[in-house]
Amino acid sequence: MKPLEDYLVVDFSQFLSGPSAGLRLADLGARVVKIERPETGDICRHLYTSNVIMNGESSVFHAINRNKESFTADLKNETDKQHVWELVKKADVVMHNYRPGVMERLGFDYESIKAVNPDVIYGEISGYGDTGPWKDKPGQDLLLQSLTGLTWLSGNNGGPVPMGLSIIDMLAGTHLAQGLLACLVRRSIKGEGALVQVSMLESAYDLQFEAVTTYYYDGLLPQRTEKNNAHAYLGAPYGIYKTANGYMALAMGSIPQLAQLLKCDALLPYTEVAQAFHQRDEIKAILADHLQSDTTESWLSILQPADIWCAEVMNWETLMQHEGFKALNMIQQVQMQDGYQYQTTRCPIRIDGELLTSSKGSPALGQDTGNILQEIRSGVA
Amino acid sequence: MVKPLDGLVVLEFSQFMAGPTAGLRLADLGARVIKIERPVKGEAGRQITIRNIFVDGSSLVFHTINRNKESYAADLKDPEDLERVKKLIAQADVMTHNFRPGVMEKIGLDYQTVQTINPRIIYGVVTGYGSEGPWAARPGQDLLIQSLSGLTYLTDTHDAGPVPFGLAVADIMCGAHFVQGILAALIKRNKTQKSVLVEVSLLESVLDLQFEVITTHLNDGRKLPQRSKNKGAGHAYLSAPYGIYRTADAYLALAMGNLHKIGEALDVDLSDYGSRESWFEQRDEIIDKLALRLETKTTAEWLAILEPLDIWCSEILTYAQSLHHEAFAAMGVKQNVVLSDNQELSTTRCPIRIDHNRLYSPVAAPWPGQQTEIINQQFNLTGA
Repeated sequence: MKPLEDYLVVDFSQFLSGPSAGLRLADLGARVVKIERPETGDICRHLYTSNVIMNGESSVFHAINRNKESFTADLKNETDKQHVWELVKKADVVMHNYRPGVMERLGFDYESIKAVNPDVIYGEISGYGDTGPWKDKPGQDLLLQSLTGLTWLSGNNGGPVPMGLSIIDMLAGTHLAQGLLACLVRRSIKGEGALVQVSMLESAYDLQFEAVTTYYYDGLLPQRTEKNNAHAYLGAPYGIYKTANGYMALAMGSIPQLAQLLKCDALLPYTEVAQAFHQRDEIKAILADHLQSDTTESWLSILQPADIWCAEVMNWETLMQHEGFKALNMIQQVQMQDGYQYQTTRCPIRIDGELLTSSKGSPALGQDTGNILQEIRSGVA
Repeated sequence: MVKPLDGLVVLEFSQFMAGPTAGLRLADLGARVIKIERPVKGEAGRQITIRNIFVDGSSLVFHTINRNKESYAADLKDPEDLERVKKLIAQADVMTHNFRPGVMEKIGLDYQTVQTINPRIIYGVVTGYGSEGPWAARPGQDLLIQSLSGLTYLTDTHDAGPVPFGLAVADIMCGAHFVQGILAALIKRNKTQKSVLVEVSLLESVLDLQFEVITTHLNDGRKLPQRSKNKGAGHAYLSAPYGIYRTADAYLALAMGNLHKIGEALDVDLSDYGSRESWFEQRDEIIDKLALRLETKTTAEWLAILEPLDIWCSEILTYAQSLHHEAFAAMGVKQNVVLSDNQELSTTRCPIRIDHNRLYSPVAAPWPGQQTEIINQQFNLTGA
């Protein structure tokens, strides 16, 4: 039995942040119904999100929206609205990621839904919260990375470098799922509904909670190293280094011990622990030079037995061929209603020793509208 | 306010980052989180520093991750201490640990045994790489996990080599997934009245972080990500103009949008790139053209042109600018916790708001064993 079996989630959200929360709830066992506008649907089906088209729609849409149903409704049409009302009355969770004010105009805001469904758990994701000078700005990942200081942490010292994924979107979705689940826990004990709100802004600072706290403490901005930067706040050797045949990562390890193990005499003068931080550019340059003299395998065979934290650097191709990856069973095959099959990843959480997989692919736009209408008419949904 | 997890008791045997960040979230959501630590020294994370900063005897990092918790000192190898811990487990809702495989079995606090002490426990385990396979015994460290997972080929430019995300994202995502799993397990328990086992790993979490792009990889003939050659490139799978550009005085971020509208607004001729496909295929060329143009005006001048047209763009802020910005203050993200000497430490709050409430707590991280006595009394651990 999956934890959220018998729960109905009505999801008005689009793109990545909200729908990624919906996906997590679906994998945990909930029935998730996407409310999509006729003809176009979730904008993520077609626009700007990847140039890989699978079965007519963006690969990204298929990744985010598997294991869900699709119900089309024009939220400005009275009949359609009535149908959606029937659904939200029965919902355990309702969620959206419209800009502040839109759901109020459409009539599906928390107060209105609570009036007919008092113990509903209602979730919303905004870009920047519901107050302050940025509240009407577009909640887009790169802009959030840019505004919250995140672009000064990755890559080497120099200009801003974004993290190469929509990480704030995903994190906001993750936090929304946490809040919804916490309130479902409370509801399962006390029967109370709740409003859960997150924003990409708050999520972006939460991601950087250590760095922000450090800034408050010493007022210093993050300083990336000139080369081999992996973390602006950590000393040498922390970084990724080129070897004779590839790359390796070196996390922690005392410099004198590394000097000995790697037979790198140039590192011997750095005997003080504090030097590993204050002279990290020098130390990294010496290491970078030295590590190119032999292969990754050869270095790892010296360092790993000595319990130095290090690893090879892989791309997806080498990773997926590795037994260590295969042992995780991280890839699953799913199938759409029309028979189209594709591979994707599964939920990263295991419950009672079981993988939370589902063979259900993403829905074609509106594919479940007929069935759901019938359920509504017969009073099931 | 009554927080959603009020009344729940969480025992945290976890150390370092992933497990304890989960504990922090549960605490902020209202749970009573008690760290079980070895006497005097406490958990190993107290010694892990960034910039070598210590506060009140423990690292600043530890304070950031472990505020709003209590600490119970126990030597799990001492039979009397272990007996008290077992009595505590019998009254808890959740326990978490990130010991390597076999350690809890040796102590006698493995899942099988704990179920006999508390048949309704949620038992959460964090590992680096799962409990099977050739990597299971490797150290579960963030940079190593990023390096194995393919994540380092997504950031920066195509000639930059592997570039990690400059934060412990594997730890952070894993901690976040751990919270989700534990909460889902509590929901399940409230139906079945039975214990639930929750397992997460850093590697699975950082693969999940890449779910969109890995799905694309699995279905595009398994091509590897192609990062742009342009400095400031934003995303290997997104078309022009996505990225950060130099301006006459600073930088400007341009997100996705209709390229022709953007070209018109910037007065750059992009008529050669008629189809959306070309925005992907000739991405680097287009970015070059935009970059040349964007260098000619200041960031403020560009924003004044682009923002009224609803083109998605932004200036680039540092912490010095962002954390003092009115928008940051309006959301009340900063909070202070009170240390044992009454000094205050500033940090961030929980990013989730419940019933219009921002979740604050002034409680700082405990010193090792700070609440041992009171917990002994409240849970009746020393009595017969």
